Formats: sequence, C-alpha cells, structure tokens
Amino acid sequence: MPVNADFQGRSYPPSGPYAVSADQIAAFADAVGSDDPLHRDAEVARAAGYADVIAPPTFAVTIAQQCDRAYVQDPEAGIDYGRVVHGEQRFVHHRPITAGDALMGELTIDSIRMAGGHAMITTRTELTADGEPVCTSTSTIVVRGGEDQ
Amino acid sequence: MTVRTAAETEAGDVIAPVTVPVSRETLVAYAHASGDQNPIHQDEEFAKSVGLPDVIAHGMWTLGAAGSVVSEWVGGAGRVIEFGTRFTKPVVVPTTGADVVIDGVVKSVDPESRRATVDLTATAGGDKVLGRCTAIVQLD
Repeated sequence: MPVNADFQGRSYPPSGPYAVSADQIAAFADAVGSDDPLHRDAEVARAAGYADVIAPPTFAVTIAQQCDRAYVQDPEAGIDYGRVVHGEQRFVHHRPITAGDALMGELTIDSIRMAGGHAMITTRTELTADGEPVCTSTSTIVVRGGEDQ
Repeated sequence: MTVRTAAETEAGDVIAPVTVPVSRETLVAYAHASGDQNPIHQDEEFAKSVGLPDVIAHGMWTLGAAGSVVSEWVGGAGRVIEFGTRFTKPVVVPTTGADVVIDGVVKSVDPESRRATVDLTATAGGDKVLGRCTAIVQLD
C-alpha cells in the first residue's frame, strides 16, 4: 500500500506525558560524546540557571519519535518502516529539556510529497511542559518506493 | 566550560576540527539511549542484506556528535537554540570503527540578540555526511 497523502495536514491529540530523568540525559550525553557537566551535575546546572540537569540539543528526537508512532504505525498511513530513511531533522528549543520534565507532544503531518517514486513526509512535534513550549522538532523521512508503486 | 561572548565572536571565526571516533559499541549505546534499535545500526549481516556496505551509524548519532562539538564551543548545551541538518551520506562503521571529523565556521553574529549562526561540517572517510548543518547559538 502506497503512502496515503490524505494524512497531510492532520494533527493528533497530544500524547504523553513522557517523563525525562537525569539518568536518561546522562546516558544520551555519553552516547553522543558530550562531557558538558550541565548533563550530569545538578549543582552546575542550577548555578547556570536551570532547574536541574539539561539534555543535549538532539535529545528531543527520542521523545518526538515516540510521538510519531501514532502516525507511522497507523496501517492507513501506508508507511513501510523497512523502507524509511531519515532525510532531515531540525530543532527549535524554547528552553532546554530538563530532568523532571513531563513532556506532552502534539504531532502534525506538515507535508507529504511524492517525488521519483519516493514519498517525503515532514512531521512536526510540539513538545510542551505544563502548557509551556519546550521544543519544536521537525523531521523529514523518506519512504523509498517499492516495485509495486 | 567557558561561555563565549558576542564581543569576542565574529563572522569567519572557525571551530577547529574535532575527530570523534565511532565504534559498534558507540552505536549500541546510542541505540539504548535513544530507543532507535533499527538493526542496520548494529547487525552487520542485516545491514548487508538490505544493500548497505556495512553497519551504518544513526544519522541522529552523527548530528548528536556535532551538537556536542558546537555546545562545547559556545560554552553549554542549553545555548544551542536552533539546530538541524540534512542527512546526505551514511557513516559506515566497520568492526574496526570509524572517525567523524566535525568543524564549523561562524556565518553571522547578531549583536542585538547576541546570537550567532554557525555552519557545521561533518565528514567520514572524506565524504560529507551532514548537509546544511546549521546551529543558532546564544552567546553571552
């Protein structure tokens, strides 16, 4: 089943809350090779004006990808995940993601474009905490066309 | 970590190249930390079965590594306000590991907001693996 272009413009009800822990932040910082003490030392983070340790700038993708599941796993969307590659990713941080956050994510399918047998799908996730904006994560995935398309 | 100031930063300033090693263990750690357990990033046989030359790094690992470099340069991860890229080529990670070289150049500094736009480059095996990788950072 090809990618269903009818999903363009669709918004999903907010999902979550996604709890963010200091352990998750430290493990992510280790994995991306950041030795910034703001990820591991709550005292250093507070001295810099944050409520607790803060996440690396790309950590938001781990939450955004959980929010995406409502869409990419919907059989009606027609997305064969085995054919998906990540094309583009962008973050706008309204404030850093912080340990102790309980994030909500609201997913919108901004665009679905067909090109050369492939589908390019841009999704946007607005992450909030207590109703306040935290991060806007925008992702473009490419669903490579199959022989049957 | 020293916070960079707008007064000491101008267009053309460079972030000197940083070589970031990536091993299969790095990718397993990133898979666990991110929740992205796609086998093309861990399982050589599987990766080759879908036409890849070998295990490849998560694109988001590479962007994350570039994020660590620009965070260090500006003086704190919370100062990276906007950050994004196109994924142009995969980073191939054989059993012996690979190196990703990340560098950058300041494109502009806004004295009012004290924000700088920085273009980052990431290469592996001579190939550019991130395209139009740009960060907007908050200087002091």
